[in-house]
Amino acid sequence: MSTVTTPSGKHHDASGGVVDMLRRLLRMRETGLVLIILALFIAMSFASPYFLTWNNMRAMAMAFAVEGVVVVGMTILLISGGIDLSVGSVTALAMVIAGLLFLNGVDPWVASAMAIAACTAIGAAMGFFVTRVGLHHFIVSLAVMVIARGLCLLGTGGRPIGLYTLPPEFKFIGQGSIGVIPVVIIIFVVVVVVFDFLLRRTTMFRKVFYTGSNEKAAAYSGIRTKKVVFLTTTLCSALCGVAGIIYMARFGSAQPTFGLGMELNVIAAAVIGGASLSGGSGTIFGAILGTILLSVVSSSLALLDVSVYWQDIIRGSILLTAVTIDHYLNKRRD
Amino acid sequence: MTAGADDLILEITKLSKSFGPVRALREVDFQLRRGEIHALAGENGAGKSTLMNIIDGILRPDSGEIRLDGNPVTITSPARAQALGIGFVHQEIALCPDITVAENIFMAATNSSRALLMDFRGLERRSGEILRRLGDIDPVVPVRSLSISQQQLVEIAKALTLDCRVLILDEPTAALTEREAQILFEIMHKLAGQGISIIYISHRMVEIFDNCDRVTVLRDGQFITTMNVSDTTPGEVVSAMVGRVIDSLYPPKLSVGERSDEIILDVHDLTERNRFREVSFELRKGEILGLAGLIGAGRSEIVKGICKLEGEVTGEVSLHGRALRLAHYADSIAEGLVYLSEDRKGDGLFLDMSIAANVSALCVEQIAAAGGGLIDDGRENEQAERLGARLNLRYGHVGQPVSALSGGNQQKVAIAKMLSVSPKVIFLDEPTRGVDVGAKAEIHRILRDLARSGVGIVVISSELPELIGVCDRVLVVREGRIAGEVTDDEMTEDRIMYLASLGEQRPVAS
Repeated sequence: MSTVTTPSGKHHDASGGVVDMLRRLLRMRETGLVLIILALFIAMSFASPYFLTWNNMRAMAMAFAVEGVVVVGMTILLISGGIDLSVGSVTALAMVIAGLLFLNGVDPWVASAMAIAACTAIGAAMGFFVTRVGLHHFIVSLAVMVIARGLCLLGTGGRPIGLYTLPPEFKFIGQGSIGVIPVVIIIFVVVVVVFDFLLRRTTMFRKVFYTGSNEKAAAYSGIRTKKVVFLTTTLCSALCGVAGIIYMARFGSAQPTFGLGMELNVIAAAVIGGASLSGGSGTIFGAILGTILLSVVSSSLALLDVSVYWQDIIRGSILLTAVTIDHYLNKRRD
Repeated sequence: MTAGADDLILEITKLSKSFGPVRALREVDFQLRRGEIHALAGENGAGKSTLMNIIDGILRPDSGEIRLDGNPVTITSPARAQALGIGFVHQEIALCPDITVAENIFMAATNSSRALLMDFRGLERRSGEILRRLGDIDPVVPVRSLSISQQQLVEIAKALTLDCRVLILDEPTAALTEREAQILFEIMHKLAGQGISIIYISHRMVEIFDNCDRVTVLRDGQFITTMNVSDTTPGEVVSAMVGRVIDSLYPPKLSVGERSDEIILDVHDLTERNRFREVSFELRKGEILGLAGLIGAGRSEIVKGICKLEGEVTGEVSLHGRALRLAHYADSIAEGLVYLSEDRKGDGLFLDMSIAANVSALCVEQIAAAGGGLIDDGRENEQAERLGARLNLRYGHVGQPVSALSGGNQQKVAIAKMLSVSPKVIFLDEPTRGVDVGAKAEIHRILRDLARSGVGIVVISSELPELIGVCDRVLVVREGRIAGEVTDDEMTEDRIMYLASLGEQRPVAS
């Protein structure tokens, strides 16, 4: 059977449709973010000759690409009405588990699969406490954040473990390129495109929106909301596991203190990109633009020799500004 | 009868208010006499809320004058309104559930107090004095432990603390049973007797005609008329509200010849521990079956039990002669049994999502492109447009959020959601709560059309005139059991109330 891709109804108003589409495009928050990012690019290319170079672009992309995988998981979780503070330590734990297994003679691919499975299990445990016991995501993930970090430090004695004997084909994930494009970025783009499509188009993920928008109404529509929340919670941790493995391949080491404060960055990116902390709204594309914006700002500030302390202050201010603007836009729409 | 200027407490002249291009109020006049109960009627969007919000200082008028006791006043905030003696009891209860009744009542006073420490004993004593005027509520219990009607009384008590002379009640009976509403009306009359003027907002003609002195009608932001209730009829008021004559409030019922013996749904010995027991009834083809009873009698619990929405239920449910085995509400939907929630905003709709997404929520798979798990936007929009047209839904486009619609249209979206799965039986819990007169009549017509087309319809309502007007047969539920069944001539408010409350201390006997 052929799949109906474009319903005929959409083409009928094509004449007035272009203006209409432009207007709709302008109202979308993604457009605003793209414009801001472009403006930053133009301003920075004047301010610093190094900014628009291939090396800088590549470094910037590498900086947000892996975190972007975590942002995808967080965005979906936020849409379903949850939140996860443990992403940073679970990412680090994936590295530590895979690293220790590898040092004990396990094949790096098997070790990676086991580490990702362990992270998935952690997510499932959090999902259990949230949906079955009835605790709040915030508290459960706060506890897991501390526990996972503790496990990292316990396993490594608090010191990074070098994995000098990782085979080159494994390091290729984190360090190699296909043509001029780094593998990390290819993985990132694939994850983003796949999940963006799933979230926009599939019936499965539509239920995530229903659940986050109004959990009771979703239950009263026959949707098994606990199952939905359990799965989004698990998925977020699983993606942290994937990110951890990519980091390990990139650094060639397992770092127990990696990802401190990552949760704030990731949540900020999703929220700047339009995800709501009360659930029910958000897009992967928007969240990735949020990630890119934060990353471009950091990189710009570094190039302009602004002190790292100022960078945090500016990042926080951007978050506050974005959320405030969003709040007023929403208010006007009502 | 003309009123002398001296007995007017509140006089509003030529009040206008616009929101952007929308003119919510156009030169509205309104006069309130001392000690009267004055009904304010109008469909949703007629401007009632805007007018009341201006009187309460939440909104500022663009032009016009407000006089209180003959003196022009500017009401800049709800605090200012309170200082002037205007109390507003909103439709939605806004109390802090975990603190005591006394603390809730004196929240405003506590907030403006300069004292460093809370004077709990003083609060209790003073709130006790006020509550004695209203009924029997203990000031020291947390609000959470009170029933909805008691909470409503606490809201009224809160308004009364501030030396209130004008009391605005916005649809106070929406969440009350008939009996609780009666208690509220007694209190209203008592307060009016003490010289307090009451503005009473309601859609229910019976309440207006039983309890109010005068009625003012607004339509499309304009003043239409003020009449003495004794000089007019419900039909006249409704016509003034909708701007046209409504010939009959309810669609015609099944004639004797149209009645069928064919059973759609057969419920046998349905029991859930502590909530209801041995409930048995049949739903016949073509009929609308009503479930009456006091709040807490178990009406909603029974239908939610049938649909597997909540509770551990035992007993038999068969659809068209086939026994159903349902484990979850999703199974119930798949079999064609759907439930329309009584709390549209709380658990019926996804307010921030589009009309189309709301309509497809019961079965998203249905709007997926052939066989796959991918949503087909065209199909989704087409479904919403088709059902919207069938229900006469008024909207801009199906991508609009449901929150942008009026109460009546939101309810139609909720009904469209039920119809999207071509149900065999629909259980509707308070289907016209908070819906204006015009939309209400339309919903009743829709229900009758559905019943005629062979869909089983079960209606739960706390509004007896609605049950009597709409249903062919009414089952009365009392304390989790079917207390009786009424049809035809037996279907009177007295008979239903008698069955619903029999065995209580004071039966509302016939």
